Amino acid sequence: MEDFGTAFAIALRLIGSGDPALLGIVRLSLAVSAAAVLLAALVGLPLGALLAVARFPGRRAVIVALNALMGLPPVVAGLAIYLLLSRSGPLGGLGLLFTPAAMVLAQAVLIAPILAALSRQVLAAMWEEYAEQLRSFGAGPWRAVPTLLRDGRFALATVLLAGFGRASAEVGAVMIVGGNIEGFTRVMTTAIALETAKGDLPLALALGAVLMAIVLAVNAAVQLLRDAAARRAA
Amino acid sequence: MRRALPRRAALGLCLAGLAPPAGAQPRSVLLASTTSTEQSGLFRHLLPLFTRQTGIAVRVVALGTGQALDVARRGDADAVLVHDPEAEARFVAEGHGIGRRAVMRNDFVLVGPAADPARIAGMRDAAAALRRIAAARAPFVSRGDRSGTHGAELALWRAAGLDPAAAARDGRWYRALGQGMGPTLNAAAAQEAYVLSDRGTWLAFRNRGTLRLLVEGDPRLRNPYSVILVNPARHPHVRHADARALADWLVSPEGQRAIADYRIGGEPLFLPDALPEADGQPP
Repeated sequence: MEDFGTAFAIALRLIGSGDPALLGIVRLSLAVSAAAVLLAALVGLPLGALLAVARFPGRRAVIVALNALMGLPPVVAGLAIYLLLSRSGPLGGLGLLFTPAAMVLAQAVLIAPILAALSRQVLAAMWEEYAEQLRSFGAGPWRAVPTLLRDGRFALATVLLAGFGRASAEVGAVMIVGGNIEGFTRVMTTAIALETAKGDLPLALALGAVLMAIVLAVNAAVQLLRDAAARRAA
Repeated sequence: MRRALPRRAALGLCLAGLAPPAGAQPRSVLLASTTSTEQSGLFRHLLPLFTRQTGIAVRVVALGTGQALDVARRGDADAVLVHDPEAEARFVAEGHGIGRRAVMRNDFVLVGPAADPARIAGMRDAAAALRRIAAARAPFVSRGDRSGTHGAELALWRAAGLDPAAAARDGRWYRALGQGMGPTLNAAAAQEAYVLSDRGTWLAFRNRGTLRLLVEGDPRLRNPYSVILVNPARHPHVRHADARALADWLVSPEGQRAIADYRIGGEPLFLPDALPEADGQPP
Protein backbone atom coordinates (compact mmCIF):
# COMPACT_ATOMS: atom_id res chain seq x y z
CA MET A 1 0.00 0.00 0.00
CA GLU A 2 3.00 2.30 -0.39
CA ASP A 3 1.26 3.71 -3.51
CA PHE A 4 -1.31 5.43 -1.33
CA GLY A 5 1.35 6.82 1.00
CA THR A 6 3.32 8.17 -1.96
CA ALA A 7 0.19 9.66 -3.49
CA PHE A 8 -0.76 11.34 -0.23
CA ALA A 9 2.69 12.86 0.15
CA ILE A 10 2.59 14.15 -3.44
CA ALA A 11 -0.90 15.56 -2.88
CA LEU A 12 0.27 17.52 0.17
CA ARG A 13 3.30 18.79 -1.72
CA LEU A 14 1.10 19.82 -4.69
CA ILE A 15 -1.29 21.73 -2.46
CA GLY A 16 1.59 23.36 -0.59
CA SER A 17 3.54 24.32 -3.70
CA GLY A 18 0.78 26.50 -5.17
CA ASP A 19 1.93 25.37 -8.64
CA PRO A 20 0.33 27.85 -11.10
CA ALA A 21 -0.52 25.11 -13.62
CA LEU A 22 -2.38 23.16 -10.92
CA LEU A 23 -4.12 26.29 -9.67
CA GLY A 24 -5.27 27.04 -13.23
CA ILE A 25 -6.70 23.52 -13.54
CA VAL A 26 -8.45 23.82 -10.15
CA ARG A 27 -9.85 27.25 -11.03
CA LEU A 28 -11.21 25.98 -14.34
CA SER A 29 -12.75 22.89 -12.70
CA LEU A 30 -14.58 25.06 -10.17
CA ALA A 31 -15.69 27.65 -12.73
CA VAL A 32 -16.96 25.07 -15.24
CA SER A 33 -18.87 23.04 -12.65
CA ALA A 34 -20.32 26.11 -10.92
CA ALA A 35 -21.49 27.57 -14.23
CA ALA A 36 -22.98 24.20 -15.17
CA VAL A 37 -24.89 24.02 -11.87
CA LEU A 38 -26.28 27.54 -12.38
CA LEU A 39 -27.27 26.84 -15.97
CA ALA A 40 -28.89 23.53 -15.03
CA ALA A 41 -30.64 25.15 -12.05
CA LEU A 42 -32.32 27.72 -14.31
CA VAL A 43 -34.06 24.85 -16.08
CA GLY A 44 -34.10 22.08 -13.49
CA LEU A 45 -35.46 23.82 -10.39
CA PRO A 46 -38.52 25.48 -12.00
CA LEU A 47 -39.24 22.21 -13.78
CA GLY A 48 -38.95 20.27 -10.52
CA ALA A 49 -41.25 22.74 -8.75
CA LEU A 50 -43.79 22.61 -11.54
CA LEU A 51 -43.86 18.82 -11.44
CA ALA A 52 -44.31 18.98 -7.67
CA VAL A 53 -47.38 21.21 -7.76
CA ALA A 54 -49.07 20.92 -11.13
CA ARG A 55 -51.22 18.03 -12.32
CA PHE A 56 -51.34 17.76 -16.07
CA PRO A 57 -51.66 14.96 -18.61
CA GLY A 58 -48.32 13.27 -19.23
CA ARG A 59 -46.87 14.40 -15.90
CA ARG A 60 -46.01 10.87 -14.84
CA ALA A 61 -44.34 10.25 -18.18
CA VAL A 62 -42.19 13.38 -17.69
CA ILE A 63 -41.19 12.16 -14.22
CA VAL A 64 -40.26 8.71 -15.53
CA ALA A 65 -38.27 10.32 -18.34
CA LEU A 66 -36.42 12.57 -15.88
CA ASN A 67 -35.55 9.66 -13.64
CA ALA A 68 -34.28 7.75 -16.65
CA LEU A 69 -32.24 10.74 -17.82
CA MET A 70 -30.42 10.71 -14.48
CA GLY A 71 -28.79 7.56 -15.82
CA LEU A 72 -27.71 9.18 -19.09
CA PRO A 73 -24.16 7.96 -19.73
CA PRO A 74 -21.82 10.99 -19.80
CA VAL A 75 -20.04 9.68 -22.88
CA VAL A 76 -23.33 9.64 -24.79
CA ALA A 77 -24.18 13.18 -23.69
CA GLY A 78 -20.65 14.26 -24.64
CA LEU A 79 -20.90 12.65 -28.04
CA ALA A 80 -24.26 14.26 -28.78
CA ILE A 81 -22.94 17.70 -27.81
CA TYR A 82 -19.77 17.08 -29.80
CA LEU A 83 -21.84 16.40 -32.92
CA LEU A 84 -24.01 19.47 -32.26
CA LEU A 85 -21.06 21.82 -31.74
CA SER A 86 -18.74 20.38 -34.38
CA ARG A 87 -18.03 22.67 -37.33
CA SER A 88 -19.97 20.17 -39.44
CA GLY A 89 -22.87 20.13 -36.96
CA PRO A 90 -25.91 22.41 -36.66
CA LEU A 91 -24.29 24.72 -34.07
CA GLY A 92 -20.80 24.62 -35.61
CA GLY A 93 -20.88 28.29 -36.49
CA LEU A 94 -20.57 29.19 -32.81
CA GLY A 95 -17.06 27.75 -32.72
CA LEU A 96 -17.64 26.39 -29.21
CA LEU A 97 -16.16 22.91 -29.59
CA PHE A 98 -12.99 22.37 -27.52
CA THR A 99 -13.72 25.39 -25.31
CA PRO A 100 -14.76 25.64 -21.62
CA ALA A 101 -18.24 26.78 -22.72
CA ALA A 102 -18.79 23.41 -24.39
CA MET A 103 -17.81 21.69 -21.14
CA VAL A 104 -20.32 23.81 -19.20
CA LEU A 105 -23.04 22.80 -21.63
CA ALA A 106 -22.17 19.09 -21.36
CA GLN A 107 -22.18 19.12 -17.56
CA ALA A 108 -25.40 21.15 -17.46
CA VAL A 109 -27.15 18.62 -19.70
CA LEU A 110 -26.01 15.82 -17.39
CA ILE A 111 -27.09 17.42 -14.12
CA ALA A 112 -30.30 19.25 -15.12
CA PRO A 113 -32.34 16.00 -14.84
CA ILE A 114 -30.78 15.33 -11.43
CA LEU A 115 -31.66 18.80 -10.18
CA ALA A 116 -35.21 18.51 -11.54
CA ALA A 117 -35.86 15.04 -10.10
CA LEU A 118 -34.36 15.76 -6.67
CA SER A 119 -36.01 19.17 -6.34
CA ARG A 120 -39.35 17.66 -7.30
CA GLN A 121 -39.07 15.23 -4.41
CA VAL A 122 -38.09 17.93 -1.92
CA LEU A 123 -40.78 20.33 -3.07
CA ALA A 124 -43.55 17.76 -3.36
CA ALA A 125 -43.15 17.05 0.36
CA MET A 126 -43.37 20.79 1.10
CA TRP A 127 -46.34 21.19 -1.20
CA GLU A 128 -48.33 18.63 0.78
CA GLU A 129 -48.02 20.90 3.81
CA TYR A 130 -48.61 24.14 1.93
CA ALA A 131 -51.25 23.28 -0.60
CA GLU A 132 -54.23 24.08 1.60
CA GLN A 133 -52.78 27.33 2.82
CA LEU A 134 -51.78 28.63 -0.60
CA ARG A 135 -55.09 27.62 -2.13
CA SER A 136 -56.94 29.48 0.58
CA PHE A 137 -55.12 32.63 -0.60
CA GLY A 138 -56.41 31.84 -4.06
CA ALA A 139 -52.94 31.00 -5.42
CA GLY A 140 -52.90 28.51 -8.29
CA PRO A 141 -50.04 26.11 -8.89
CA TRP A 142 -48.28 28.62 -11.18
CA ARG A 143 -48.17 31.24 -8.44
CA ALA A 144 -47.05 28.62 -5.95
CA VAL A 145 -43.85 27.74 -7.85
CA PRO A 146 -41.84 30.87 -6.91
CA THR A 147 -43.06 30.65 -3.31
CA LEU A 148 -42.02 27.01 -3.04
CA LEU A 149 -38.61 27.71 -4.55
CA ARG A 150 -38.02 30.54 -2.10
CA ASP A 151 -39.19 28.68 0.99
CA GLY A 152 -37.39 25.52 -0.04
CA ARG A 153 -34.07 27.26 -0.70
CA PHE A 154 -32.20 25.59 2.16
CA ALA A 155 -33.23 22.14 1.10
CA LEU A 156 -32.53 23.04 -2.52
CA ALA A 157 -28.95 24.05 -1.62
CA THR A 158 -28.32 20.36 -0.92
CA VAL A 159 -29.82 19.48 -4.28
CA LEU A 160 -27.49 21.97 -5.99
CA LEU A 161 -24.53 20.45 -4.13
CA ALA A 162 -25.45 17.01 -5.40
CA GLY A 163 -25.41 18.47 -8.91
CA PHE A 164 -22.08 20.16 -8.28
CA GLY A 165 -20.56 16.91 -7.03
CA ARG A 166 -21.68 15.02 -10.08
CA ALA A 167 -20.50 17.81 -12.40
CA SER A 168 -17.03 18.11 -10.91
CA ALA A 169 -16.56 14.31 -10.90
CA GLU A 170 -17.48 14.03 -14.57
CA VAL A 171 -14.77 13.01 -17.04
CA GLY A 172 -16.20 11.27 -20.12
CA ALA A 173 -18.22 14.13 -21.56
CA VAL A 174 -15.78 16.97 -20.83
CA MET A 175 -12.96 14.92 -22.33
CA ILE A 176 -14.88 14.64 -25.62
CA VAL A 177 -16.19 18.21 -25.93
CA GLY A 178 -13.27 19.97 -24.19
CA GLY A 179 -10.41 17.97 -25.66
CA ASN A 180 -8.29 18.11 -22.47
CA ILE A 181 -6.17 20.94 -23.92
CA GLU A 182 -3.34 21.90 -21.58
CA GLY A 183 -3.82 25.37 -20.11
CA PHE A 184 -7.22 25.83 -21.77
CA THR A 185 -9.72 23.00 -21.21
CA ARG A 186 -7.83 20.69 -18.85
CA VAL A 187 -9.75 20.15 -15.61
CA MET A 188 -8.99 17.97 -12.59
CA THR A 189 -10.70 14.84 -13.89
CA THR A 190 -9.16 14.96 -17.37
CA ALA A 191 -5.74 15.67 -15.82
CA ILE A 192 -6.20 12.57 -13.66
CA ALA A 193 -7.13 10.53 -16.73
CA LEU A 194 -4.04 11.81 -18.56
CA GLU A 195 -1.62 11.01 -15.72
CA THR A 196 -3.17 7.54 -15.43
CA ALA A 197 -2.60 7.10 -19.17
CA LYS A 198 1.03 8.15 -18.74
CA GLY A 199 1.43 5.50 -16.06
CA ASP A 200 2.18 8.07 -13.36
CA LEU A 201 -0.29 6.47 -10.97
CA PRO A 202 0.91 8.20 -7.75
CA LEU A 203 0.51 11.65 -9.37
CA ALA A 204 -2.93 10.67 -10.73
CA LEU A 205 -4.03 9.49 -7.30
CA ALA A 206 -2.60 12.65 -5.72
CA LEU A 207 -4.64 14.82 -8.10
CA GLY A 208 -7.66 12.74 -7.09
CA ALA A 209 -6.97 13.53 -3.44
CA VAL A 210 -6.70 17.24 -4.28
CA LEU A 211 -10.04 17.08 -6.11
CA MET A 212 -11.68 15.36 -3.15
CA ALA A 213 -10.28 18.02 -0.81
CA ILE A 214 -11.76 20.77 -2.98
CA VAL A 215 -15.18 19.12 -3.21
CA LEU A 216 -15.11 18.61 0.55
CA ALA A 217 -14.27 22.28 1.10
CA VAL A 218 -17.08 23.43 -1.20
CA ASN A 219 -19.59 21.20 0.59
CA ALA A 220 -18.45 22.39 4.02
CA ALA A 221 -18.66 26.03 2.94
CA VAL A 222 -22.19 25.67 1.57
CA GLN A 223 -23.27 23.78 4.69
CA LEU A 224 -21.96 26.58 6.93
CA LEU A 225 -23.63 29.30 4.82
CA ARG A 226 -26.86 27.33 4.85
CA ASP A 227 -26.84 26.89 8.61
CA ALA A 228 -26.10 30.58 9.16
CA ALA A 229 -28.88 31.64 6.79
CA ALA A 230 -31.34 29.18 8.36
CA ARG A 231 -30.59 30.57 11.81
CA ARG A 232 -31.16 34.11 10.57
CA ALA A 233 -34.42 33.13 8.91
CA ALA A 234 -35.71 31.38 12.04
CA MET B 1 -39.23 35.62 -12.32
CA ARG B 2 -37.79 38.13 -9.87
CA ARG B 3 -35.95 35.31 -8.15
CA ALA B 4 -34.18 34.33 -11.34
CA LEU B 5 -32.51 37.69 -11.84
CA PRO B 6 -29.70 37.44 -9.29
CA ARG B 7 -29.12 33.91 -10.47
CA ARG B 8 -28.73 35.14 -14.03
CA ALA B 9 -26.29 37.78 -12.91
CA ALA B 10 -24.29 35.09 -11.12
CA LEU B 11 -24.33 32.97 -14.24
CA GLY B 12 -23.04 35.88 -16.28
CA LEU B 13 -20.20 36.36 -13.84
CA CYS B 14 -19.39 32.68 -13.96
CA LEU B 15 -19.27 32.59 -17.75
CA ALA B 16 -17.09 35.69 -17.73
CA GLY B 17 -14.70 33.81 -15.45
CA LEU B 18 -14.56 31.03 -18.02
CA ALA B 19 -13.50 33.26 -20.87
CA PRO B 20 -9.79 33.04 -21.56
CA PRO B 21 -7.88 36.06 -20.27
CA ALA B 22 -8.72 38.77 -22.79
CA GLY B 23 -5.93 39.58 -25.19
CA ALA B 24 -3.46 37.20 -23.53
CA GLN B 25 -3.41 34.75 -26.45
CA PRO B 26 -5.15 36.40 -29.36
CA ARG B 27 -3.78 33.86 -31.83
CA SER B 28 -4.06 30.13 -31.46
CA VAL B 29 -3.97 26.99 -33.55
CA LEU B 30 -5.86 23.81 -32.79
CA LEU B 31 -3.64 20.80 -33.49
CA ALA B 32 -5.25 17.36 -33.49
CA SER B 33 -2.52 14.91 -32.69
CA THR B 34 -1.75 11.54 -31.20
CA THR B 35 -1.57 10.21 -27.69
CA SER B 36 2.04 9.16 -28.32
CA THR B 37 3.24 12.73 -28.95
CA GLU B 38 1.38 14.16 -25.95
CA GLN B 39 1.99 11.35 -23.47
CA SER B 40 5.70 11.18 -24.29
CA GLY B 41 6.03 14.83 -23.17
CA LEU B 42 7.28 16.04 -26.58
CA PHE B 43 4.70 18.82 -26.97
CA ARG B 44 5.43 20.26 -23.56
CA HIS B 45 9.06 20.61 -24.65
CA LEU B 46 8.42 21.74 -28.23
CA LEU B 47 5.39 24.00 -28.35
CA PRO B 48 6.41 26.68 -25.81
CA LEU B 49 9.45 27.39 -28.02
CA PHE B 50 7.18 28.04 -30.99
CA THR B 51 4.72 30.12 -28.97
CA ARG B 52 7.50 32.30 -27.51
CA GLN B 53 8.77 33.06 -30.99
CA THR B 54 5.51 33.69 -32.81
CA GLY B 55 2.95 34.58 -30.14
CA ILE B 56 0.72 31.79 -31.49
CA ALA B 57 -0.61 29.45 -28.80
CA VAL B 58 -0.97 25.80 -29.83
CA ARG B 59 -3.92 23.90 -28.39
CA VAL B 60 -3.39 20.18 -28.66
CA VAL B 61 -6.20 17.65 -28.66
CA ALA B 62 -4.52 14.25 -28.30
CA LEU B 63 -6.40 11.31 -29.85
CA GLY B 64 -5.54 8.21 -31.85
CA THR B 65 -4.49 8.97 -35.43
CA GLY B 66 -7.81 7.71 -36.87
CA GLN B 67 -9.81 9.89 -34.48
CA ALA B 68 -7.53 12.90 -34.99
CA LEU B 69 -8.09 12.68 -38.75
CA ASP B 70 -11.87 12.37 -38.16
CA VAL B 71 -11.85 15.53 -36.03
CA ALA B 72 -9.99 17.33 -38.84
CA ARG B 73 -12.40 15.94 -41.45
CA ARG B 74 -15.26 17.60 -39.60
CA GLY B 75 -13.33 20.89 -39.67
CA ASP B 76 -12.73 20.94 -35.92
CA ALA B 77 -8.92 21.28 -36.12
CA ASP B 78 -6.55 23.57 -38.02
CA ALA B 79 -3.78 21.02 -38.52
CA VAL B 80 -2.91 17.42 -37.64
CA LEU B 81 0.35 15.76 -36.61
CA VAL B 82 -0.16 12.01 -36.99
CA HIS B 83 1.56 8.74 -37.87
CA ASP B 84 -0.32 6.45 -40.22
CA PRO B 85 0.99 6.93 -43.79
CA GLU B 86 -1.92 5.05 -45.41
CA ALA B 87 -4.62 6.93 -43.53
CA GLU B 88 -2.79 10.24 -44.14
CA ALA B 89 -2.65 9.64 -47.88
CA ARG B 90 -6.39 8.91 -47.86
CA PHE B 91 -7.08 12.09 -45.87
CA VAL B 92 -5.17 14.19 -48.45
CA ALA B 93 -6.69 12.39 -51.43
CA GLU B 94 -10.21 13.10 -50.10
CA GLY B 95 -9.37 16.80 -50.25
CA HIS B 96 -9.46 17.40 -46.48
CA GLY B 97 -5.76 18.07 -46.06
CA ILE B 98 -3.01 19.92 -47.90
CA GLY B 99 0.74 20.42 -47.55
CA ARG B 100 1.56 17.06 -45.96
CA ARG B 101 5.17 17.05 -44.80
CA ALA B 102 7.35 14.57 -42.94
CA VAL B 103 8.36 15.94 -39.52
CA MET B 104 10.04 13.22 -37.50
CA ARG B 105 10.10 9.54 -36.85
CA ASN B 106 10.75 7.10 -34.12
CA ASP B 107 10.17 3.40 -34.09
CA PHE B 108 7.93 0.82 -32.56
CA VAL B 109 9.24 -1.70 -30.09
CA LEU B 110 7.86 -5.02 -28.91
CA VAL B 111 7.55 -4.99 -25.16
CA GLY B 112 6.70 -7.93 -22.94
CA PRO B 113 7.09 -9.52 -19.52
CA ALA B 114 10.61 -10.21 -18.29
CA ALA B 115 9.73 -13.92 -18.04
CA ASP B 116 9.22 -13.86 -21.85
CA PRO B 117 7.14 -17.07 -22.25
CA ALA B 118 7.31 -16.83 -26.09
CA ARG B 119 11.14 -16.43 -26.02
CA ILE B 120 11.38 -13.43 -28.33
CA ALA B 121 13.99 -11.33 -26.48
CA GLY B 122 16.71 -10.09 -28.80
CA MET B 123 15.01 -11.17 -32.05
CA ARG B 124 15.47 -8.79 -34.99
CA ASP B 125 12.53 -10.02 -37.06
CA ALA B 126 9.37 -8.55 -35.53
CA ALA B 127 7.01 -10.67 -37.68
CA ALA B 128 8.75 -13.86 -36.59
CA ALA B 129 8.46 -12.69 -32.98
CA LEU B 130 4.70 -12.27 -33.43
CA ARG B 131 4.48 -15.80 -34.86
CA ARG B 132 6.18 -17.13 -31.72
CA ILE B 133 3.79 -15.19 -29.48
CA ALA B 134 0.84 -16.64 -31.39
CA ALA B 135 2.29 -20.17 -31.27
CA ALA B 136 2.79 -19.89 -27.51
CA ARG B 137 -0.68 -18.31 -27.16
CA ALA B 138 1.00 -15.83 -24.83
CA PRO B 139 -1.16 -12.85 -23.83
CA PHE B 140 -0.88 -9.95 -26.30
CA VAL B 141 -2.73 -6.66 -25.84
CA SER B 142 -3.61 -4.52 -28.84
CA ARG B 143 -4.55 -0.84 -28.96
CA GLY B 144 -7.60 -1.79 -31.05
CA ASP B 145 -8.44 1.89 -31.59
CA ARG B 146 -7.59 2.67 -35.25
CA SER B 147 -4.55 4.62 -34.09
CA GLY B 148 -1.30 4.78 -36.04
CA THR B 149 0.20 2.24 -33.67
CA HIS B 150 -2.79 -0.07 -34.13
CA GLY B 151 -2.41 0.25 -37.92
CA ALA B 152 1.28 -0.65 -37.67
CA GLU B 153 0.47 -3.63 -35.45
CA LEU B 154 -2.11 -4.98 -37.92
CA ALA B 155 0.37 -4.57 -40.80
CA LEU B 156 2.91 -6.54 -38.78
CA TRP B 157 0.44 -9.39 -38.15
CA ARG B 158 -0.27 -9.46 -41.88
CA ALA B 159 3.49 -9.64 -42.54
CA ALA B 160 3.60 -12.58 -40.13
CA GLY B 161 0.87 -14.30 -42.14
CA LEU B 162 -1.53 -14.29 -39.19
CA ASP B 163 -5.00 -12.88 -38.69
CA PRO B 164 -5.43 -11.30 -35.24
CA ALA B 165 -9.21 -11.12 -35.67
CA ALA B 166 -9.32 -14.90 -35.96
CA ALA B 167 -6.91 -15.16 -33.05
CA ALA B 168 -9.21 -13.03 -30.94
CA ARG B 169 -12.08 -15.41 -31.69
CA ASP B 170 -10.09 -18.57 -31.19
CA GLY B 171 -8.69 -17.85 -27.78
CA ARG B 172 -8.22 -15.38 -25.02
CA TRP B 173 -4.58 -14.54 -25.62
CA TYR B 174 -5.19 -11.64 -28.07
CA ARG B 175 -6.93 -8.73 -26.33
CA ALA B 176 -7.97 -5.59 -28.24
CA LEU B 177 -8.60 -2.80 -25.76
CA GLY B 178 -9.72 0.24 -27.76
CA GLN B 179 -7.50 2.45 -25.59
CA GLY B 180 -4.64 4.91 -25.94
CA MET B 181 -0.99 3.86 -25.69
CA GLY B 182 -0.65 4.63 -21.98
CA PRO B 183 -3.72 2.67 -20.83
CA THR B 184 -2.68 -0.19 -23.11
CA LEU B 185 0.78 -0.29 -21.49
CA ASN B 186 -0.90 -0.17 -18.07
CA ALA B 187 -3.01 -3.16 -19.08
CA ALA B 188 0.00 -5.04 -20.46
CA ALA B 189 1.91 -4.44 -17.22
CA ALA B 190 -1.03 -5.70 -15.16
CA GLN B 191 -1.57 -8.81 -17.32
CA GLU B 192 2.11 -9.54 -18.08
CA ALA B 193 1.24 -9.39 -21.75
CA TYR B 194 3.18 -8.54 -24.90
CA VAL B 195 2.39 -5.23 -26.60
CA LEU B 196 3.58 -3.12 -29.53
CA SER B 197 4.42 0.42 -28.38
CA ASP B 198 5.97 3.48 -29.92
CA ARG B 199 9.39 4.03 -28.39
CA GLY B 200 8.57 7.55 -27.15
CA THR B 201 5.63 6.56 -24.98
CA TRP B 202 7.53 3.49 -23.75
CA LEU B 203 10.53 5.59 -22.67
CA ALA B 204 8.31 8.11 -20.86
CA PHE B 205 6.07 5.43 -19.30
CA ARG B 206 6.39 5.08 -15.55
CA ASN B 207 4.25 2.10 -14.53
CA ARG B 208 6.29 -0.63 -16.26
CA GLY B 209 5.99 -3.43 -13.72
CA THR B 210 7.84 -6.43 -15.15
CA LEU B 211 7.65 -5.17 -18.76
CA ARG B 212 10.93 -5.08 -20.73
CA LEU B 213 11.87 -3.97 -24.21
CA LEU B 214 12.33 -7.27 -26.08
CA VAL B 215 12.44 -6.65 -29.85
CA GLU B 216 13.66 -3.59 -31.75
CA GLY B 217 15.45 -2.61 -34.93
CA ASP B 218 13.31 -4.35 -37.58
CA PRO B 219 12.95 -1.91 -40.54
CA ARG B 220 9.21 -2.73 -40.50
CA LEU B 221 9.03 -1.04 -37.09
CA ARG B 222 9.68 2.44 -38.50
CA ASN B 223 7.14 5.03 -37.37
CA PRO B 224 7.00 8.26 -39.42
CA TYR B 225 5.05 11.34 -38.30
CA SER B 226 3.68 13.95 -40.71
CA VAL B 227 2.04 17.31 -40.34
CA ILE B 228 -0.96 18.09 -42.57
CA LEU B 229 -2.88 21.37 -42.82
CA VAL B 230 -6.66 21.23 -42.92
CA ASN B 231 -7.76 22.43 -46.34
CA PRO B 232 -9.13 26.01 -46.01
CA ALA B 233 -11.01 25.61 -49.28
CA ARG B 234 -13.00 22.82 -47.60
CA HIS B 235 -13.26 24.43 -44.16
CA PRO B 236 -13.11 28.24 -44.57
CA HIS B 237 -13.08 28.98 -40.83
CA VAL B 238 -9.73 27.26 -40.11
CA ARG B 239 -6.86 29.44 -38.93
CA HIS B 240 -4.82 28.53 -41.94
CA ALA B 241 -2.02 31.14 -41.79
CA ASP B 242 -1.18 30.35 -38.18
CA ALA B 243 -1.41 26.60 -38.83
CA ARG B 244 1.00 27.01 -41.74
CA ALA B 245 3.35 28.97 -39.49
CA LEU B 246 3.36 26.02 -37.06
CA ALA B 247 4.00 23.46 -39.82
CA ASP B 248 6.77 25.60 -41.30
CA TRP B 249 8.42 25.91 -37.91
CA LEU B 250 8.23 22.16 -37.22
CA VAL B 251 10.21 21.36 -40.39
CA SER B 252 12.55 24.38 -40.07
CA PRO B 253 16.15 23.75 -38.90
CA GLU B 254 15.20 25.25 -35.54
CA GLY B 255 12.11 23.07 -35.04
CA GLN B 256 14.03 20.01 -36.15
CA ARG B 257 16.82 20.76 -33.68
CA ALA B 258 14.26 21.18 -30.89
CA ILE B 259 12.79 17.76 -31.72
CA ALA B 260 16.26 16.17 -31.63
CA ASP B 261 16.95 17.84 -28.28
CA TYR B 262 14.06 16.12 -26.50
CA ARG B 263 15.55 13.22 -24.60
CA ILE B 264 14.64 11.03 -21.66
CA GLY B 265 17.57 9.50 -19.80
CA GLY B 266 19.89 10.66 -22.60
CA GLU B 267 17.91 8.77 -25.23
CA PRO B 268 16.23 10.78 -28.03
CA LEU B 269 12.51 9.98 -28.38
CA PHE B 270 12.01 11.28 -31.91
CA LEU B 271 14.47 11.73 -34.79
CA PRO B 272 14.00 14.79 -37.00
CA ASP B 273 12.93 13.59 -40.41
CA ALA B 274 12.01 16.64 -42.48
CA LEU B 275 13.46 16.56 -45.96
CA PRO B 276 15.55 19.54 -47.07
CA GLU B 277 12.95 20.34 -49.72
CA ALA B 278 10.03 22.01 -47.96
CA ASP B 279 7.42 20.15 -49.96
CA GLY B 280 9.02 16.72 -49.87
CA GLN B 281 6.76 13.71 -49.58
CA PRO B 282 7.03 11.60 -46.48
CA PRO B 283 8.79 8.28 -46.99
